[in-house]
Order: sequence, then structure tokens, then C-alpha cells
Amino acid sequence: MKALEVSGLKKSFGGVVAVDNISFSVEHLSIIGPNGAGKTTLLKTITGIIKPLKGTIEFEGVSIEGLKPERIVKHGITMVPEGRRVFPHLSVKENLELGAYAINNSRLEAELFDLVLSTFPRLGERIKQLAGTLSGGEQQMLAIGRALMGNPKLLLLDEPSMGLSPIVTKEIFSLIDSINREKGISMILVEQNAHIATEHSHITFVLENGRIVLTGTSAEMKNNPRVIEAYLGV
Amino acid sequence: MAANFALKELKTKTAAVLYDVGNDYSKGLAEFFKSTLEKGKGNALGYTMVYGVLRLINFAYGDIFMIGAFIGRYLISYFSLPMHAVFLIAMISTALVGYGIEKIAYKPLRGAPKISLLITAVGVSLFLECFLSLNALFTPNYIAFKRPFEIISYDFSLFTITNIQLIIFVITFSSLFLLYILIYKTKHGKAMRAVSYDRELSSLMGINIDWIISFTFIVGGAFAGLGGVLYGIAYPQINVFMGIMPGIKSFIAAVLGGIGIIHGAVIGGLLIGISEVFVSAFLSSTFRDGLIFIILFIVLLLKPGGIFGKWIEKV
Repeated sequence: MKALEVSGLKKSFGGVVAVDNISFSVEHLSIIGPNGAGKTTLLKTITGIIKPLKGTIEFEGVSIEGLKPERIVKHGITMVPEGRRVFPHLSVKENLELGAYAINNSRLEAELFDLVLSTFPRLGERIKQLAGTLSGGEQQMLAIGRALMGNPKLLLLDEPSMGLSPIVTKEIFSLIDSINREKGISMILVEQNAHIATEHSHITFVLENGRIVLTGTSAEMKNNPRVIEAYLGV
Repeated sequence: MAANFALKELKTKTAAVLYDVGNDYSKGLAEFFKSTLEKGKGNALGYTMVYGVLRLINFAYGDIFMIGAFIGRYLISYFSLPMHAVFLIAMISTALVGYGIEKIAYKPLRGAPKISLLITAVGVSLFLECFLSLNALFTPNYIAFKRPFEIISYDFSLFTITNIQLIIFVITFSSLFLLYILIYKTKHGKAMRAVSYDRELSSLMGINIDWIISFTFIVGGAFAGLGGVLYGIAYPQINVFMGIMPGIKSFIAAVLGGIGIIHGAVIGGLLIGISEVFVSAFLSSTFRDGLIFIILFIVLLLKPGGIFGKWIEKV
């Protein structure tokens, strides 16, 4: 059984259809597409921030569409939101603790905390600093670490490369890969950067105007000229 | 604890000033200072906390304070309960009032424009004042608040202090301390600070936003009730409109310190109190209430974010 099954998902904002009849299931997936293709809307619908108009979302056989975000987190879906949204006026430690808010098990929380610090040693060095004083790359690590603190089975990443230098992006993505490989956490990676997305996933979808226009293994998609067409809107 | 420290330092300074003004004067002033100021401050805290979490100026806050005073009065007059029970029951009742106001008036407007919330807050405040001034309820008249104990003055060579002032002082500081612990040391406090910054992001952490907002109103309501009972003990004449001026003053104190910032509310409350004492001492007590509005104008003109505010405009 696939972890997440999405079928016939639709969402519109005031008549403008953002996501239209989307269906897929996921192991390690990346979704690419130009601005306004509906990528973020899709992720927000899965996490429960917005409610779908139509369609179903099943996670491990349980229907989760329309649930409140705090309920969906408890099912084991956590998200690294777009633009590294950390809590800037809270310390690194407090940010991580908030990630484990839904976990009422202090032993598990301590294990997750150790795991995050061993994955991102840089966060350990800055544990008492306010998150707002971290560099962009460190904030992204914190956002990922915070999502891992929720003990996810499925991790949603919304444009982790946004606003980061190529070197930092590379570092972040090698960490993301190792999390996926070693911890066995499923992932949906949403990216504008098609090159990065196809390098770091198994399956890639191209989203355009709320519809999936192309699907394939990431290796195939990497050299598919239709991907570029989708971006240019031809 | 920086806020508390600053508070103490300011206190000693003011005490010194008061002594200079003259001994006769200082007695009256000290009483004035201790009682008006400290409750103003407690209220300012409630304001700033609710604002911090909800970005809403809860104008009904002064009225919850008034309800606390009336509940305290009835408990003392009709049931002659001991003081700690009076405080406890009044606080629980006003906590429920705060919770109820949020559920009925504000929750349905979650996500509505800020101006709708503001108008609703004014509406709730007017409703409570007018409804409760019915003759069958609190009546529009001044009512005597029976003090449950005698006033005892302790004479020191520099100043005189009464047991009431001591009680207010101790309760104010313990409430400040408790609020500090709640907001900075507990899981709920962490969630409150998170919700205050970004609701959507907080819900992604698994935080139940609705509960955190309700909880904030419950705590705010409880402290308003506490302030109301203290007010009744210090000024034994209460009235259904008594919450208006303290409400406005607390609001201005919170704005002066930087709204949404806890230690800002404490310092703002102190500054307002001290200014009032000075105006009453050197000009006339009739200018006292006018002064705080002048302070409000000056703050809004020169530093709209308040003393500790960074004035971050979120789009």
C-alpha cells in the first residue's frame, strides 16, 4: 500500500481553479511547475490548511481530507513551509520543541531531538540562539529539523531551495536525501527548480494551471523537452 | 526577569522623588501611586496578552474587570467568604466570562477584517455595561464594596504604607511572576508565542489554535477579575461603568510600552502611574486623566510602535 493516495482533488479560489482533478500516490515524489501552477495549494490541501472542494486524500488507508491541520500532524504528515518560516523570536531549541508539540511522549521527543541534532550538527551549536539570527541555510535546516521533530512518516517540502545559494542548496539536499534513505520517510518535494527536483526524487510530476500535465520517473523527466515547454507555457 | 528588575529600580526612584515632595504630600501620593498604578498595570498585561495572541484590542477587558469587582462584592456581602475564596471564585467566574465573550463574539469573526473585530469589541463592551446596569442586575448606581478587613497603617520614618497597599503590591508581583512563568516556561506559553507570530504555521506544528486563543481569554479574564476585586478593596465604591477609565488607561499603558510586549505593558503601566502622580502633585488632579491622552498622542506621533515596539508591519 502506498502511504498517501490523492484522488480527484479540486480547489478553487473565487472561481479561479488552483488545483483541478489531481490524483496520485506517493513514495518519493517531486512536483515541479511554474509560478501559480498550484503546487503550494496542493501541499496546503494535504496538510489541511485549506479544505478541498472535491476529491479524497487517504493516508495509510485513513481518509484525512478536510481534517484540521493539527489533526493531520498527528497522523504523521509534517511540512517544511515555503520560505523557511521559522519562529524568529523563539530560540532554536524552542522551535524544535514546537515541532514536537503533538507528541506527548518525552522519551520519543528526546530521541527525535538527538536525531535532529546528529543530522544537523550546526543547529546544536546554535541551540540557544534566536532563530531569526540564523543564516538562510541554517533557518532551512531548522525548518526541516522542526518538521522531523513531529516524527513524520511523510514529509512535505515546499521549495527548500528558495533564496539559498547553490552551495547551501546542495548541502541541504544531500541532507534531505540521507533522511529519506536512512530514516525511510516518504517525501513530496515541491520545487520550481526542475533540475534539483529531478535529481533528488524518484518520480516527478509537472503541474501546470492546476493540472498534472506530465508524469514520469525523475531520470526521464530530467531530459524531457516538454518540461521546459510547460515552464514557458507554450 | 528584566522587567521586574526595572520595575523595582523605578520604584525606588519614585519613592525618592515622593520623599522630596514633602512628607504630608507623600502619604497621599503614595496611596495614589500604589493603588491606581498597580491595577492599571495588571490590566495592561491582560490587554497586551490578548492583543499579542489575537491581534485584537479587547475593549471589553475593562468590563470583565468590573464584573470581577461586583462578584467580589456579592461574595463578601452575602456569603462573608474568606478573602482567598473570594479571589478564587471571582477569578474563575471572570475567566468563564472571558471564555464566553471569545466564543460568542470573536470566534465567529476569525479571519474577518480587523475593523470588524474592533467594532465587535466596542459592541461587547457597551453591551456588558448597559445590560448589567439594569436595576435587576448591578444597577447604574454606585454601590458600597464592604471591605473585609480594617485598614492598618504601618508607619516608617520615610513613608506610610497600609495593609491594602501591601496586599496589592504582593498580588501584583506574584501575578507578574506567574504570567512570566506561564508565557516563557510552559508548553502552553510556547504555543501562545507561536500563535501570536503565525497562526497557520502554528497549526502545522499540531497546535490547536482555537484552544490557545480561548486559553488566552481565560487567563486574561482571570487576571481582570483579580484586578477588579483588588480595586474594590482599595476604592470601596463600585459602579457598572468603573471599568471604562482603567480600561482606557491600561490600553494606553500597553500602547506606550509597545502593544503585545509583556514587559512593555509593565513599564508602560509604571510610566502612566508615575506621570499621573506628578500631574496631581504639581498641577492639579483634574488634569490627571487628560494627561494620559496627551501621552497617547505623543506616542502615536513619535513612536507608534511604543517604547519597546519594533513596529513591524506585516503584509
